[in-house]
Amino acid sequence: MGLPSGTFSQSYAQDMAIVRTKTQWLLLLVLLIIVFTTPLYLNQSLLAIMIVIGITIISVHGLNILTGYCGQISLGHAAFMAVGGYTSGILVAKLGLSFWAALPCAALAAGIVGLIFGLPSLKIKGFYLIMATVAAQFIIIWVILQLYSITGGATGLSVPRPEIGGFVFESRASYYYLVMAFAVLATFLAKNLVRTRIGRAFIAIRDNDLAAEVMGVNVFRYKLLAFFIGCVFAGVAGALTVHYVTYAFTAQFSFLDSVWYLGMLIAGGMGSTTGAIFGVIFLKVLDYVVTLIGPPLSQILPASIASQASAALGLITRGLVIILIVIFEPRGLAHRWDLIKSYYRLWPFSH
Amino acid sequence: MVFFLQFLVSGLAQGLIYALLALGFVIVLKCSKAFNVAQGQLVMIGAYLGYTFFVMFEFPVWLSLIAAVGVAILMGLTIERFALRPMVGQDALAIIMVTMGLATVLEGIATLFWSGQYLTFYGYMPVINLSLGVISLASEVVIGIIVAFVVVVILMLFFRYSRTGLAMIATAEDEQVVQSAGIRVTTVYAISWVIACVVAILGGILLGSQGGVTVQLSSVGMKALAVVLLGGMDSIGGAIVAGIMLGVLENIASGYLDPLLPSGGVVNVFPFIVMIVVLIFKPYGLFGTRRIERI
Repeated sequence: MGLPSGTFSQSYAQDMAIVRTKTQWLLLLVLLIIVFTTPLYLNQSLLAIMIVIGITIISVHGLNILTGYCGQISLGHAAFMAVGGYTSGILVAKLGLSFWAALPCAALAAGIVGLIFGLPSLKIKGFYLIMATVAAQFIIIWVILQLYSITGGATGLSVPRPEIGGFVFESRASYYYLVMAFAVLATFLAKNLVRTRIGRAFIAIRDNDLAAEVMGVNVFRYKLLAFFIGCVFAGVAGALTVHYVTYAFTAQFSFLDSVWYLGMLIAGGMGSTTGAIFGVIFLKVLDYVVTLIGPPLSQILPASIASQASAALGLITRGLVIILIVIFEPRGLAHRWDLIKSYYRLWPFSH
Repeated sequence: MVFFLQFLVSGLAQGLIYALLALGFVIVLKCSKAFNVAQGQLVMIGAYLGYTFFVMFEFPVWLSLIAAVGVAILMGLTIERFALRPMVGQDALAIIMVTMGLATVLEGIATLFWSGQYLTFYGYMPVINLSLGVISLASEVVIGIIVAFVVVVILMLFFRYSRTGLAMIATAEDEQVVQSAGIRVTTVYAISWVIACVVAILGGILLGSQGGVTVQLSSVGMKALAVVLLGGMDSIGGAIVAGIMLGVLENIASGYLDPLLPSGGVVNVFPFIVMIVVLIFKPYGLFGTRRIERI
């Protein structure tokens, strides 16, 4: 990672710091100000997209820890979100707990379910582990549907918006602040977690699990820890989703969503916290653009396919974009961003 | 008992089709090391193509089959050339993501041309009446058994006796040796994708003629994955045995368990329960080779 020229480390603390220069502090501050003032100048529909982006960022950070850093590919992330969402929903709607008590429970429940489905990772990896997580996705959703009396089965469960000291997060703007606070916290935690002993153990396991074991990393313990942490993030994201929609139903957490969380991670760049954020923003904005150009396009097309054109267009663009990114930008948008940064720093020289 | 036998026979019919789909999956995995998640979507496209040729174009059966196989070959070649060829030698996860993207594109195509509707094409296949004592079989099911069986046998013979089939088996064994023996590996990749597409599209037509087609039909791809796991990732014979086993077990389980559960749907989750059990107790499947790793 290149540093701006003229920046030298004079202590270990300086060497470890993420934000190194005054310019970087300034940029970070500007970014945070922009993030937290958007409700003032964005309209309601754009704000709704920003909320979904915020929630998805939390979830994809979890997937990034599990898949990007620890190398355990999960195609069941949406189901772990469902566990968190339903736990929080049931605790708040049926037992009358406050959101702030239900949220840790939701995170813990998702984490524990993640642990259970992470158990096979002791014996299997690669393709086999992917299949175990696919199975987790379908089994969890099926169990939720079977527990009709608690979860409402296929009809779903009505959930209130969270409140704090009499203040209800009823408006979109207030919910946006709540989500963004969690998203910033999740980003901070995710960024720092991978710099600790745990994060380095994850990376060692990802790069070569046998070598990691020989070097004294307890592979099984850290794999399970990765599942737990990844699913805790998912649980929080699931709870935020359910309380945002004020309704919990299984279609919110479909297999396709799991696939797209992984797609976002790959588009952004695996094993990079900024990559997770880039990927989510990129694919969500792409979706939004497609919904914008869908209606005018269906007016040009022949009548027989016009009615379903925008839905089909959404699927086809998503699929093509992910194929093109994997083929032409396999290290993700974060890598391109790093290249642009170093180009900017070195300009007008090439090295 | 009649109940049980009925489940057994319809399970067998379904299982043969699963075996067919699993074969397509295993061939691609073995020859080109690509984990094809889009198999189910190919099946769905096959069923929609069946509808198009039988109902919309009113082709006779033989012409419909030739047309469908023709489309399948074209699809296989296109997919291999433009989506998978650039990925040769890449990470397994990257290849999975490409096939995921492919699955989404195929779903989009199905939505665009057939609007993802529920369509049926009963009664376009030739009628074969068969009843074994107390069990009666629908004509479509009999045809399904016959076609699946014939295709599986043809594939087995192809891999045993034809030069191309042998080249494919050799490629699965060691690509570098095969290349030095003068076999074009890219051709082998292309053929493996063509076979996967043809098999999926035939399976789609068979399944579609029995129960109609919606976008949901692509979930059989997941069942094919369960079959592959149960049979062992790299065993062709295992895929056939496991396909039949899963079909039979699934039918019996849903027949007996569905009435006991509040919202049923055992058929949809059964393959995944099989997956988890197999992964925990016998990760390399019934007939798969155990992989031993060294640093």
